[in-house]
Formats: sequence, structure tokens, C-alpha cells
Amino acid sequence: MYCLVCISLKKGEIRVNGKKVNLTNPNIANDLGIGMVHQHFMLVEPFTVTQNIVLGSEPKTKFGKIDLAKARKEIQELSDRYGLQVNPDAKISEISVGMQQRVEILKTLYRGAEVLIFDEPTAVLTPQEIGELIEIMRSLIKEDKSIILITHKLKEIMQVCDRCTVIRKGKGIGTVDVADTNTNELASLMVGREVNFKTEKTIAQPKDTVLEIRDLFVRDLRKVDLVKGLDLVVRAGEIVGVAGVDGNGQSELVEAITGLTKARSGSIKLLNKEISNLSPRKITESGGVGHIPQDRHKHGLVLDYSVGENIVLQTYYQKPFSKAKVLSYKEIFDKANKIVKEYDVRTPNVYTKARALSGGNQQKAIIGREVDRSPKLLIATQPTRGLDVGAIEFIHKKLIEERDKGRAILLVSFELDEIMNISDRIAVMFDGKIVADLKPEETNEQELGLLMAGSQVNKAGETSQ
Amino acid sequence: MTSNNKLFGILVPVISVIIGLLAGAVIMLLSGHNPIEGYAALWAGAFGDAYTIGETIRRSTPLILTGLAVAFAFKSGLFNIGAEGQVIVGWLAAVWVGLAMDAPMIIHLPLAILAGAVAGGIWGGFLPGFLKAKLGVHEVIITIMMNYIALFVTNEIIRSVLTDQATSTEAIAGTASLASPWLQSITFYSRMHYGILIALFAAFVMWFIIERTTYGYELKAVGYNRHASNYSGMNVSKNIILSMVIGGAFAGLAGAMEGLGTYGSISVMSGFTNLGFDGIAVALLGSNNALGVVLAGLLFGVLKEGAGGEMPTGAGVPTELVDIIIALIIFFVASSYIIRWVLLRFKKEEK
Repeated sequence: MYCLVCISLKKGEIRVNGKKVNLTNPNIANDLGIGMVHQHFMLVEPFTVTQNIVLGSEPKTKFGKIDLAKARKEIQELSDRYGLQVNPDAKISEISVGMQQRVEILKTLYRGAEVLIFDEPTAVLTPQEIGELIEIMRSLIKEDKSIILITHKLKEIMQVCDRCTVIRKGKGIGTVDVADTNTNELASLMVGREVNFKTEKTIAQPKDTVLEIRDLFVRDLRKVDLVKGLDLVVRAGEIVGVAGVDGNGQSELVEAITGLTKARSGSIKLLNKEISNLSPRKITESGGVGHIPQDRHKHGLVLDYSVGENIVLQTYYQKPFSKAKVLSYKEIFDKANKIVKEYDVRTPNVYTKARALSGGNQQKAIIGREVDRSPKLLIATQPTRGLDVGAIEFIHKKLIEERDKGRAILLVSFELDEIMNISDRIAVMFDGKIVADLKPEETNEQELGLLMAGSQVNKAGETSQ
Repeated sequence: MTSNNKLFGILVPVISVIIGLLAGAVIMLLSGHNPIEGYAALWAGAFGDAYTIGETIRRSTPLILTGLAVAFAFKSGLFNIGAEGQVIVGWLAAVWVGLAMDAPMIIHLPLAILAGAVAGGIWGGFLPGFLKAKLGVHEVIITIMMNYIALFVTNEIIRSVLTDQATSTEAIAGTASLASPWLQSITFYSRMHYGILIALFAAFVMWFIIERTTYGYELKAVGYNRHASNYSGMNVSKNIILSMVIGGAFAGLAGAMEGLGTYGSISVMSGFTNLGFDGIAVALLGSNNALGVVLAGLLFGVLKEGAGGEMPTGAGVPTELVDIIIALIIFFVASSYIIRWVLLRFKKEEK
């Protein structure tokens, strides 16, 4: 989709209002009235909303000075017109993620966009914020704007879209009117076969406690506490889902358990042994923890290493993969071949660079690697992020399979559907603490959404803090 | 995919060299020299007889080692600009041991060579590596500064410690010398010495460490992706230091080759040896792999040796011009993405 905005076409053509155009850089797209709201916001944090919005097309006074007052007025007008409720003087670093997204929307409107492209806009929002975003989209459509919504969430498509084009492996599979279709049909178009949405699973039979966290505090690089006195227990044979909006301390929690960040205080016990502040290798070696990281490109894989070399990323120094510090590539690639087969990683061979694989197959390779070490505790952070429905189904099945083998599984996800679907218990995380511990059968998205946003819910007389 | 990449890895430097030579020919033409005569003189200067061949090999020896020094650090994503200073301290340490000890050759020579490697390793590796790994100070800045410190401290030690205000030390003991009467006799008394064997062995060591050991696996992983290395439990700091130390040791060896082989002493230097800076170009031209660095080091030796002798005297081409040609080759290697792009374009059209 980026091709529309800043990457040149290899073949074919793009027409805007019937005219063939050559979009070689984002400014041309801008001039043609195409604006993009990126999945990862492109904002300068210490700048104000106004400064961010004018960036790159600053209005000037006669003397060449930036005319912020004029810009501010225009932005206020736009904000009012579309009901965005953005304060033009607020600093980006001080406003919420949902508000930042509206700044991105304003940015495209300010530049006169007629076609707005949204790339996975709901990934970072709470259910309530998603509702507001959908309202904003509707009001934009009312003002005769066109919207291209790129998403893998079928529910959103059903809610706001008029027409829907399914893209699979870079090809347009088909365009349908949303009114004439349903999620099942869309999903099978996306994957090319029937998809089972509701993941089959039996009731969990939790056994001994595997992970026990008490009163954990973790700081980030800026020395701000992001995990603030967190308690959490995960037992063998259950999947505990941590629900929460991105940025409430989930990453820091996972990093503390896996040894990537130091815990400031508190205790993390794995099978009754204290593991807080051990090195990542010690924690891996304790036979205890497998970690499917949130960002597979940054943490999960060395993209320029072959699939085989990636499979032994934690075990290369152990027998049989190396003896006396000399690597045995035969053993390494034998192992890789085994995992590739077992986890259905589609790769030409195990010598192919990890970079060349699709996201789903990269993720399957990571899961294969982590599960194969038979860890007592498996941590999966956003394991299905950016993957197609087929890969998601596979990964969910695998996680449940591992649960049934008696592993403790900690699932951290920003997607409520995922949490609701496969967790046996849901721990809602807000502002560095677990604010509620719920059973998926006994809650709903609405309640979770409110808890994730920090509201306290009265339910059957009890108050969760 | 992979075979294509390999072919590219070879084609790009080769084409760079050819374009560089062609550009050099154009410059010779423009400045009124006959390029054919010029290149013939360069050839004669490098390969004309046994003597020049010996000298060419001698000249290539330290260039291969400094090339390895830069390439090794580069494998873990570090830029070792300090090979120059590491050469100088390695040279000093090797000569010092060569002067100061009385021991049989079997002990003295290895010890002197080792001293060069250790000095280079500590100077260029441990200090900048440590600062980089622990405090995040950029290795380029530290190693550049360390070059100057190495140069002036070494000069001062030669003047005040090793000699009494002389500009050059005495010759090292024969038991610490790499010079080979046999190699000299078959090369018509050139200064060729056993150092080339050490350089080739060092290249093999680099290949083995990088491609076959768990150390190399970690070093490369750290170079490719520091976050994933950390995630998988590797000690990133340790690997940064290790990589700089081994690189520094290679450069220190280069200095030892000069001190124990070519010159048998160390003199006060008015400026840098340039061996370390040329090492950057050698590593670049050799695509940072061991065999490539050996070939690139030999090529640089040929160009420098050929230029130094016959070209100015035989063909009247000034040595400066040869420096320009070498610079052009580096330029085309450095901008190899242009060549890559042209090659890709070419291939696409074929299809």
C-alpha cells in the first residue's frame, strides 16, 4: 500500500480522477489530495499539535516567518468541523494515543486530502477509542471524502466499509460489496480456504504454579516506573492473557521476566526459584522460559542469518550444535529442517535468509524455535501481529496445544479478540498494574475496554481496583 | 539467490578496479602521459623481476593485516578507523621486545610478534571497545584520536626511552627477526620476509573464527542485530570488545611485520604510515571477507610498489597520479551500489 504514497511502481499505473499519475514522492501524493494515516505515527513528540501539522508545508508571513497563528486558526476550524476535539496547542508527548491519531488525520486534512488512507488504525486503540474513530470516519465520508482502510480486522470492515478488496500475496483476490457479504466469506477469501474463527479448546486443567510475580516494579530508560507493584500468577496448563492498551507496562513486564530489563524491586519466581535480574541466558538455560517477542524483526530474528542459523539463536553454543566452540552446521541445519517441517514454515530451504520469508513464516520459525526448547513458561507477546487469518489460526492452535502439554502460557496482546478467544484467564493491565483478573466466559469486550481505560467497574457488588 | 549474491560480491570489486584503471588511463592521457607505457611501467615495477616481486609481496603483507583488522571489526558492525595507531604501537612493542631480550629464536621471535599483536589489541581494541560497549562512546571518534596519541607517544618513546634523542633505534636482535636470507636470495635481495606467511595465516584465522566458531556466530549476530543478540542471551558488550581486540591485534601484527621483517627497527615518524588507512580501503575492496582482503591487499601492494619504482622513472608518470588511480578505485568500490544498480538493470533487461 505504501506504493501509493512513496514507493515507485514497477509496473502498472495509478490514476487519480481519471488521470494517470506518477507518484515518485509523498509530496506529489499530497498535491493530488492523497493523505496517509500511518500505523506508526509520524509525529515529533516535543512539538505542539500545530507545529506537527504544518511541518513540511509551513504557512509564511510576508517576511518569511512561519505564521503559526494562522495555521492554528485553520487547524481549530478543521477540528471543529469534523468533531475531532484536538487542542492545537497541546504537546504531542502529552496527549493520548487516540488523540495523536486524530492529529495524523488532521495533518492529512490540513494538506487538503480528499482520499485518506488508514493503515491498521485501530491497532493501538481501546474499544471505546475505536468506536470514536469509526464515528470520525463516518463524518469524513459525509463530507465527501474517500477513505481507504487497510486492516486485517474483519469486524471493522463490516462496520465502516462500503466495498472491500481482499489482497492475498500482493494480488487483488476480489472486490465485494460489504452489504452482500459476511466475515466468514471475507476470511475464506483472505486465506483461500474455510477458516474456523472460534478456536477449539477444552477447559483448562491448571496445575502447579510456574510463574509467580509479586510486587514488581520496572523502570524504563527514562527512569520512570512503568510497572508499578504488579502481581501475577501463571500455572502449568493454562493460558493467561494480559489485556491492555499498548504502553501500560506490558513490554516492561515481559522484558523483566525474560531478563532484558532489570526489575527495580519485587520478585519473579519461576518454579519457586527467584529469576529476577538474572541475565537472559541464565533465564533461558534454567530450562524455563521461551519468549515469542513482540517485534520479530527487532528481537526475534537476525534477518541476515539463514533460517537455520536463526533456529539455534539461543542454543548455538550447546551440543550438538557446536563442540569446543566450533559450530557443526550439519547438526544446525538438521535441527532447522526438523522444525521447518514440524511447524510448517514455508521457506525454499533452511539456508534461505530469514529476511526473505513472509511475516507468518518468520513467526512460525520463531514459535518453533521457542517451543522446541520445551520451556516451562512460554511468553507470547502479540504473536499474531500483522499476520493473515490462516497464520493466526495456526498459531492459536499451537499455543493451545502447548497448554495441553502442561506448559504455562502468558499471552500479551493488544487485540481483545485474541485474548477473549484463547485465554483461560484474563488479567487486565492498566498503568503498570493488573487491575482485574477475569474469566473470558464471564466478561465482555465492553467491560474489558473500560477496565483497560482505567475505569473501575462495579460488578456483582465487588470493585476491582 | 545466494549464488547470485556471491557472483555479485566478486563482480562488483572487479568492475570497480577495472573502471578505476580506465579512469586512471584517462587522467594520464589528459595530463600528457601515455597510459599504456604508464601501466606497463607499473606492471614492471611490481612484477618486473624477482626483486620487484619480492618487494611487492613485502609491501602487501602489512596491508593484508590491516585490511583484516578493519574487516574483522566490521563483521560486528564496528568501524575500526584506528588501525593506523594500532600498527604504530604494534611496531613499537615488537621492536622493543626485539631489542630488549636475549633469548633463543624459538622464544624471542614468537614473543616479539605476540607483543605486537597484544599491543595492537589493547590499544585499538580494548580501550575503544570498552568505551564503546560500556559508555556508548562512538568507536570512530576514539580510534581516530588514539591514532594521534599512538603516533606522538611512540615518537617520544623512541627518542627518550629507547634511544638517547636519536631518530631511530638500533637493529633488533637477529633472534627476533623475520628476515629470511633464503627469501632474500631468491628474490635478488629484496626485503621480503616470512611475514607474508603470518598474514596468510591470520586471514585463515579470521575466516575460521568468523565462519566456523561460536565466537564468529555471536560477533556477526551482534553486527547484524544487536537487539536480537541481546534477546537470545548473548553478551553484546563482550562481543563488541572482543571484536575490536581481535581487529586491533591484526593491525598490531601488521606493525610487527614492519618492525621485525622489513625494517628491523623503528624510527621517529613525521607522519602516519598510512598502512592503517589503506587497510580501510583494502577491507572495503575485499568485501570484508578473509579471502577478499588477501586479494585486495595484494592488489594494493602491486599498485603501490609498481607506482613507487618504474612509473615515475620509466614512464615519467608522477607517483601522485598513482595515488589518484588508487583513490579512484576506492571511490568506485565505495560507490559500488551504483555498479550494483547498473548490473541489476542489465540483468532485468536480459529477462
